[in-house]
Amino acid sequence: MPRTHRPENPRVLWHLASFALVFGCWEIAGRWPISVAFPPFSQTVLALLRMLADGSLPKAYVSTLQPLVIGVILCGIAGIGFGIGMGLSRAVEWFTLPVFIILQAAPMAAIIPLITYIYGIGLTAKVLAVVFLAAPVVVMNSYKGIRNTNPSLIQMCRAFLGTRSQEVVKIILPHAGALIFAGLRLGLAMGFIGVVIAELLITPTGIGDLITYHSSVADYPEMFAAVASIILIASLTIHGLERLERRLFPPELRGSS
Amino acid sequence: MSADAIVEVAGVGKTYEGRVQALADVSLGFPSGKLSTLLGPSGCGKTTLLKIIGGLIPATTGEVWVKRRKVEGPGPERAFVFQDFALLPWATVLRNVAFGLELRGVPTAEREEIARQQIVEVGLAGFESTYPHQLSGGMRQRVGLARALAVDADIILMDEPFSSVDEQTRRKFQEELLDLLRRKQKTVIFVTHSIEEAAYLSDRIVLLSPRPGTVSKIIQPNIARGQRSPDEIRRDKNYLDAVDEIWQILRRYVA
Repeated sequence: MPRTHRPENPRVLWHLASFALVFGCWEIAGRWPISVAFPPFSQTVLALLRMLADGSLPKAYVSTLQPLVIGVILCGIAGIGFGIGMGLSRAVEWFTLPVFIILQAAPMAAIIPLITYIYGIGLTAKVLAVVFLAAPVVVMNSYKGIRNTNPSLIQMCRAFLGTRSQEVVKIILPHAGALIFAGLRLGLAMGFIGVVIAELLITPTGIGDLITYHSSVADYPEMFAAVASIILIASLTIHGLERLERRLFPPELRGSS
Repeated sequence: MSADAIVEVAGVGKTYEGRVQALADVSLGFPSGKLSTLLGPSGCGKTTLLKIIGGLIPATTGEVWVKRRKVEGPGPERAFVFQDFALLPWATVLRNVAFGLELRGVPTAEREEIARQQIVEVGLAGFESTYPHQLSGGMRQRVGLARALAVDADIILMDEPFSSVDEQTRRKFQEELLDLLRRKQKTVIFVTHSIEEAAYLSDRIVLLSPRPGTVSKIIQPNIARGQRSPDEIRRDKNYLDAVDEIWQILRRYVA
């Protein structure tokens, strides 16, 4: 007997409905029009397709993602390294912690002219902008992950004759893994902010250039398409990492026993 | 001090951070192959004393000797069972039980073989590949006990192992523990704040006074266990006398 088809997950329908609602409102607001500078959804999508077809959008992303990827990889290696070092050693903590607390609190836009002054307007300056934004959260998460290790587990390790290096490898690092990964994910989110700020404030290249250029010549659909595309890419990437994180570090296997 | 004391505590005192004095001049011996309990009001330093014997924290004054060797830290002849179980949440029961051997560099096949035997001994057969969060408190502590048994130490140090376990489970666990430890001829030093638990389990009860903890009295209940059932033991005159004697002393310490 044929069975009526039921969606496996009704939540998917709700998600689609919420997208339809938001884009519908956008379309109506654009056609109203609220402002000449606010294009309807349909025109924005068409602009997006045009920019994909003429290659300007893919080209922009190649140049935008370059400093982002380099910066996040640098943070991943050096940032996690510093965080773990600070968590394990009081000396490293004393030396390094203030730097990252200041970086975390400093308003980025104020630092960028300084970066430009020293490193010019090339790739280095943009990578640095990404690093300055992403590093504090990567470092602080790694540091806190290490410091929050359940002291009872460390005592257990010592009681069963574990050496200090076994303590680090078998207890502290697995315990901190989830927080370190979360730090990397948040770091990437900050990195997206950093790279766009850099492209708006340092040299107009990549996606920042597309936004600035199209807004200056009043191609508002193109400008909105560029803005929407970076938001879309950033949120999809972060969401994907969050799912990966849940798979790698299931919450029930993290907490203290 | 008795000649067959496997653990000797000589003049041990402990002062935390230069202010709080947890223990003052504790001297006593723990006989080999017996179950001794450290019992006292909360804050009397009984867990501190156990951890000093375990080599997990240093004594401020005095010394601990285990098998005629001075304690400088943890050692292979001592194994610890923790109040909060201290299991690795990301590791299976099998790996947790084998963890002490893993730290000692015992090859995987060999340590898992030993761990499987101990898992059967503590009544957890079939749970080898489950994770701690899937187990009840009582079962988690069985994992903790199996881990301590797996390293085959002569002395097992237990820090309020049943305090996070519900009452029914606790009684069953106590009976099995007695049985298991007597078969294996282990020396057990057991910290508890339960008078009944101490009187039921112990060959020897060390009563500690409130902070700073000192030895107030040592009671040997002398309960004839033999083949008697747990309920018979709980109705034994010596058991009831021991409970009463402990309470008469402890009641003075309870504000």
